[in-house]
Amino acid sequence: MKPLLLSRYTATSCIGTGLAATRAALAQGRSGLHPCDFETVDLDTWIGRVNGLEQAPLAPALADYDCRNNRLAMLGLQQDGFLEAARHAVARHGARRVAVLLGTSTSGILETELAYRQRDPLSGALPPDFHYRGSHNIFSVAEFVRHAVGAAGPAWVISTACSSSAKVFASAARLLASGLIDAAIVGGVDSLCLTTLYGFNSLELVAPEPCRPYDPARSGISIGEAAAFVLLERAPDTPGPADIVLSGYGESSDAHHMSAPHPQGLGARMAMEQALACAGLRPTDIDYINLHGTGTPSNDAAEGLAVGTLFGNRTAASSTKGATGHTLGAAGGLEAVFCAIALAEGMMPGSPGTRELDPGIDIAYRLQPESAPLRHVLSNSLGFGGTNCSLVFSRPAGDAR
Amino acid sequence: MTAPLSAGIRAIGMIGPGFDDWNAARAVLQGTSTGWQPAATRIPSPTMLPPAERRRVGAVVKLALVAGMQAVEAAGADAATLATVFASAGGDGANCHAICEALAGNDRLISPTRFHNSVNNAASGYWGIATGAMATSTIVSAYDGSFAAGLVEALALASSLDAPVLLVVYDHPYPEPLAAARPLHDAFAVALLLDPHATDGPRIALGELTDRVADTLDNPALESIRSGIPAARSLSVLHSLARLATGEAAEVVIDYVDDSRLCVNVLG
Repeated sequence: MKPLLLSRYTATSCIGTGLAATRAALAQGRSGLHPCDFETVDLDTWIGRVNGLEQAPLAPALADYDCRNNRLAMLGLQQDGFLEAARHAVARHGARRVAVLLGTSTSGILETELAYRQRDPLSGALPPDFHYRGSHNIFSVAEFVRHAVGAAGPAWVISTACSSSAKVFASAARLLASGLIDAAIVGGVDSLCLTTLYGFNSLELVAPEPCRPYDPARSGISIGEAAAFVLLERAPDTPGPADIVLSGYGESSDAHHMSAPHPQGLGARMAMEQALACAGLRPTDIDYINLHGTGTPSNDAAEGLAVGTLFGNRTAASSTKGATGHTLGAAGGLEAVFCAIALAEGMMPGSPGTRELDPGIDIAYRLQPESAPLRHVLSNSLGFGGTNCSLVFSRPAGDAR
Repeated sequence: MTAPLSAGIRAIGMIGPGFDDWNAARAVLQGTSTGWQPAATRIPSPTMLPPAERRRVGAVVKLALVAGMQAVEAAGADAATLATVFASAGGDGANCHAICEALAGNDRLISPTRFHNSVNNAASGYWGIATGAMATSTIVSAYDGSFAAGLVEALALASSLDAPVLLVVYDHPYPEPLAAARPLHDAFAVALLLDPHATDGPRIALGELTDRVADTLDNPALESIRSGIPAARSLSVLHSLARLATGEAAEVVIDYVDDSRLCVNVLG
C-alpha cells in the first residue's frame, strides 16, 4: 500500500492523559492499574481507570452526547492539539473529504446499565433523561467526534470487540486509496462499564491481581479504558525524518469459536502475514511487535505460537496490557499510538506486571523498556468472534539498524 | 481522482415484514405481488450452524446469517472464500436487555454465552464458525445510515481485495423498555454479493455525498418499512434494482448521517 502519514496522534489512558505522560510511563515501565473501585462493582480485580470523568460533563452544546464514553473521547481529543489539527484538516480538505472512523466495543452502555436501576416500578420504563442516540447507540462516539471537529465525510463505528480500533485503520486506508476522502480521523474509545467487568468475570477471564501478560502464572485480564486518535493523510513522496506512517494492515477471521482463539493462532498469523505483504516487508524487517497479550492463558499461548512461527525468537516483542489494562475496543488505537511513540523515541515498551516469560512460549519477549533504533513495528489486535487485525507502522527516513 | 467505487450485484438475500426472500420481495417492489400485506418478519432458522450453536444465537444473528446465505446460494458462491461486511444500527437488543436486567439485579450474574453473544460482531463470528471463512470480516454501524456505511465499506473492500465481498445489513427491534427509546418498525435484513469482476447483470456504484433529500417509496406500507428500520433504508435501491430493465440506469439518494446523504447509481 501507499504509506499514510500519522499527521497527528494522541492517547489517554490510565497511564497518562496525552502523549507526554504516556511516553514517560512507557519509558519507565510504569503501570496505571489499581484495585477495582469503579461504580458499585464488587469484583476482586484490578482496573485501568481514567480519573475525573465523573466530574467532567460535556459542554451544554454537546449535552446530547453526554456519557462516560464521550467524556473520555472529549478528554482525549483535547490533548496534544488533536482537536485543532483535526479541524485544520477539515478546513484544508473540505468537510466532506474527511472521514471519522472509530472503534468501540461498548459505546455508552454504562448509562443504560444505570438507567435499568431506575426503571419505573409500574411501567418498567427507563427514566425520562435516558438518551439512546447520544450514549448507548454504537455509533454515538463517531457522531460526537464528527460534530466536535466539523467533519462531514463518511463516518462509522467498527465494533468487532477487541480488534475494533485497529480495523478502522484498514478502512481508512481503503477509503484514501479509493480517492473518496483526503483525511481520516481514526482511533478508538472504550470506557469502563459493568457489562465487560461482570461479563469477563463470568468467563473466568479477569485476573485477581494486575494482569501478567505472557507470564507462566498469568490468570486473566485487567480491564482498562482509553481514548486514542490518529489523523491519517496521504504521506509525502519523500517523508521527513520524523514522519511516522501506517505502512501495512492485515485482517482475518479465526472461524473457530466465539470466545476462544484458534489454538495455533492461525487467524492471527494470517493477519500478520497479510500486514507484512501489504507493507512489502519480510518478518526480519520488523524491529518490535506490540503484542495483543491480554494475559489470558489461551490468548497468549495462541498468539505466542503464531508470532514464534512467523518471527522465530529474534524479533523483540512485548504486551503493554500490564500498563494500561485491556482497553478492549480502544486497544488497537491505543497501541497504534504506542507504536508511533516507540518509533519516534527509539524505545521499545516493556511489560509491567510480567515477572518472567512463559517457558512454553518461544519468542523474544521483553520485560523492561529498551532503547533501540526502530524502523518498522507491528501491532496485533485480536478479539472475540475470532476477529484479527495487524498493523505495521514505519519511520521510513528514520535511523536504520 | 480514481474511478467511482462500483461492483456487480451477483445475488441478493432479503428478509423483512411480509417477505422471506428476494424473489418475494422483488415481486412486492415491482408491484406485481397482488394482495401483499406487510406481516411480522419471520425469523428463519440458520441450518448452516451446528445445532449447539443454533440454540445459542439470538434472532438478530439468525436473520443476518440466513439473509447472507440466501445471497451466497443464489449466486452459487463458496461462502468459505468470501470476505464479509456486516452492518447494523444496533445489535442483539434482546441479549442486551437481559444483561442490563441482570446487572440491575442483586447477584449481577451473566451467563458466559450471553456475554460472548453481546459483542457487536456476533453475526460475523457465527458466520465464520458456520462457513469456515477466514477472510476479513467486519461490522460497521452508523445509526440510521448503517446501510450506506456498510455499502461504502463493502465497495472499498471489494476494490481493495479485487475480489467479491458479501454485504449483510440487518436490524432487529429492541424489547421494552429500550424499544421506547429506540423504536424500530420490525426486523429486516438485506444481503448483497458484490463482485468487482462481474461483467454482466446489475451493478451499483457510489456517487457523491449530497444535501438532497433521500428518495422515498410511493407505496405507504413499503415506505413505513423503509423509514422505520435503518437496514431498510436500502429499499429505495432495491426498488430500483427490481424495476430497472437490463441496461437501464437510475440514481438513488439514500440516508446517511444527518444532513449528508449518499447518491448511489444503479444499473439494471
